[in-house]
Amino acid sequence: MYLLSDAGHVPVVAPTGADGIYSLMWLVVALPLLGSAVLLLGGRFTDRWGHLLGTAMPIGSFVISLLMFVDLLGRDEADRQVGQHLYDWIDVGSLHIGMDLLYDPLSALFLLLITGVGSLIHVYSIGYMAHDPRRRRFFGYLNLFVAAMLMLILAENYLGLFLGWEGVGLASYLLIGFWQHKPSAAAAAKKAFVMNRVGDIGLALAIALMFVTFGTTSFSGVSALAGGASENTLTAIGLLLLLGACGKSAQVPLQAWLLDAMEGPTPVSALIHAATMVTAGVYLVVRSNFIFELAPHAQTVVVIVATVTLLWGAVLGCAKDDIKKVLAGSTMSQIGYMMLGAGLGTAGYAFAIFHLLTHGFFKANMFLGAGSVMHGMNDDVDMRRYGAVRHAMPVTFLTFAMGYLAIIGFPGFSGFWSKDKIIETALAENWLVGVLALLGAGVTGFYMTRLMLLTFFTEKRWKDDVHPHESPGVMTFPLIVLAALSVLSGVLLLGDWIVDWLSPVVGHAEHHEPPIPALAVTGLAVLVVAVGVAIAWFLVGKREVALTPPEDVSFVTRAARRDLYGDDINDTLVVRPGGALTRALVRLDSSGVDGVMAGGPAQVAGIAGFLRRAQNGFVRTYALSLLGGVLLVVLALLAVNLT
Amino acid sequence: MDDVTPYIILSSILFTIGCVGVLTRRNAIVVFMCVELMLNACNLALVAFAKQHGNLDGQVAAFFVMVVAAAEVVVGLAIIMTIFRTRRSASVDDASLLKY
Repeated sequence: MYLLSDAGHVPVVAPTGADGIYSLMWLVVALPLLGSAVLLLGGRFTDRWGHLLGTAMPIGSFVISLLMFVDLLGRDEADRQVGQHLYDWIDVGSLHIGMDLLYDPLSALFLLLITGVGSLIHVYSIGYMAHDPRRRRFFGYLNLFVAAMLMLILAENYLGLFLGWEGVGLASYLLIGFWQHKPSAAAAAKKAFVMNRVGDIGLALAIALMFVTFGTTSFSGVSALAGGASENTLTAIGLLLLLGACGKSAQVPLQAWLLDAMEGPTPVSALIHAATMVTAGVYLVVRSNFIFELAPHAQTVVVIVATVTLLWGAVLGCAKDDIKKVLAGSTMSQIGYMMLGAGLGTAGYAFAIFHLLTHGFFKANMFLGAGSVMHGMNDDVDMRRYGAVRHAMPVTFLTFAMGYLAIIGFPGFSGFWSKDKIIETALAENWLVGVLALLGAGVTGFYMTRLMLLTFFTEKRWKDDVHPHESPGVMTFPLIVLAALSVLSGVLLLGDWIVDWLSPVVGHAEHHEPPIPALAVTGLAVLVVAVGVAIAWFLVGKREVALTPPEDVSFVTRAARRDLYGDDINDTLVVRPGGALTRALVRLDSSGVDGVMAGGPAQVAGIAGFLRRAQNGFVRTYALSLLGGVLLVVLALLAVNLT
Repeated sequence: MDDVTPYIILSSILFTIGCVGVLTRRNAIVVFMCVELMLNACNLALVAFAKQHGNLDGQVAAFFVMVVAAAEVVVGLAIIMTIFRTRRSASVDDASLLKY
């Protein structure tokens, strides 16, 4: 049953009730939540086995997700929406919000990504955090994150989504600042939290506006009523949603937190700041397709933001020497691609999600690989002190190489299929955006090759007291699985499977013919990437690598090293005026408001101090004033009576 | 009706003497006596007006004033005695500690 078929899009199907395997849907969220509760409340008693419990919980969620997915595969396209009502959450006046879960093709894919990659990263963390005294707490936070992220994905209304949204923000804050004894980590956590709040205000306002406009915040309700709202309202909702998405997904102008977030432990960077949480913004836009389809202006803004971000992140990736920051810039850039896909409308939603999945695999793979390299290099992150690591760490090198080939879009690897589709769709919609996306692909080829060369090739540059060694099996196993997924996840596109799969959620698009044939676009993309790789080879691979970054560099490099002045812009536009404003308000408060409040009593006290001189202690003076008063009263009476 | 004007005049003179005495004299005993003088001037006025109006209200009031005056003398003299014992002085201006 299509609730809103007249708009031509957004066929949100009324979900069927949850029975069979779907009655376990709530457990997907509840298991990690239980895990985090046990680990965080259990204290030191759980130290010995906490990491095992923490790893078992997401694996349990993964198993349930997989069973549900298999069952969903067997269903008819029209039946692929399963809803589960847990309880009435808020029931006040005209506000009725239930704790509803929705399992549909979109959330099915996300569930598999989050629980699958999440489980692998939990396994990896057992090895990576083995020597950390607070490992149990780390797993508690990770479980909390997984639970919140699953809540975000499974919620059937925007308020439930917001609950998960805030939950992942909290978990991200806790995990970025996990090594809280480092001031830089504490500052990065605070920065991420504050910048996310800015975005969250946008999401909160969007939800409020939806409630005011439609009287409901459920996906089915809003999508059914969206056609009746004015375009201005829908544009406002769309832009506010985009603001929320920008905060969570580190899109320009709220991008500055992501690179600093790399202060957290590497599994956190892989899970939260690459594979899952930062893609929540893309999920939000795709999930809200029924709003963006009716608000073309908001959609245009999405495309602009995405294009700027994909180039911005790519430029940052070129200039950084910190291996994790290069990957973070690359994440920002790749999310830009996803946003671009999501902003292109019905034609692009499926490809945005496709790229999100493949990126989740290969970026998690590369982050974990980077963590493995750091593990062997005494936690050094500066690529200028790596070099020729491939001999010492063959497994890490090979798995990383799979991720590398996937992200630059080497033909046949997963990233090739997903990125190519987005570029193709962008070219069909708008040639300028398409060309910029193509350019971004070339830059991606450059900075990833640079990272690859600096880390695994060129001559050895590490110091003598560093002894690179391969990581233990518990860390390489996830790497191997993720590397396999990085190579193979392109099969999702076979026969346009993912497009058909997602069509119940995002609708079917009539195919725009690109200005040049698809095969030519593919060839062009490969060519551009090859040029990027070649430039990297000549600039980095063929030259001597200095241990310290060279100083005599161009203006562009200097800007990129300073995050394209992202922090300076924020400082100038927000932080400094904000500081000045608060200082002015403090001054106004202490001298103005306090002056008024304290001035009156001070005046009274002054007058009283003067008047009390009359109480001089001489009885005869009192008698005189008494007499004077009496005379006054008598004279007054006389005056009244005589007239 | 009798003319009570002389009594009122006498009462006024007595009251004025008492008032000036209270305001000008320093000796507590004298001040006290002046207070009594004023009370009695009032009594005289009350009685005189009672006589003029031909009812007993004013005379009754005069009795009350006398009773109060007697009680006041008891308390007042006791206070003056105590002050004199501690300070060796009966000047009202010396007892001026209770002030701002």
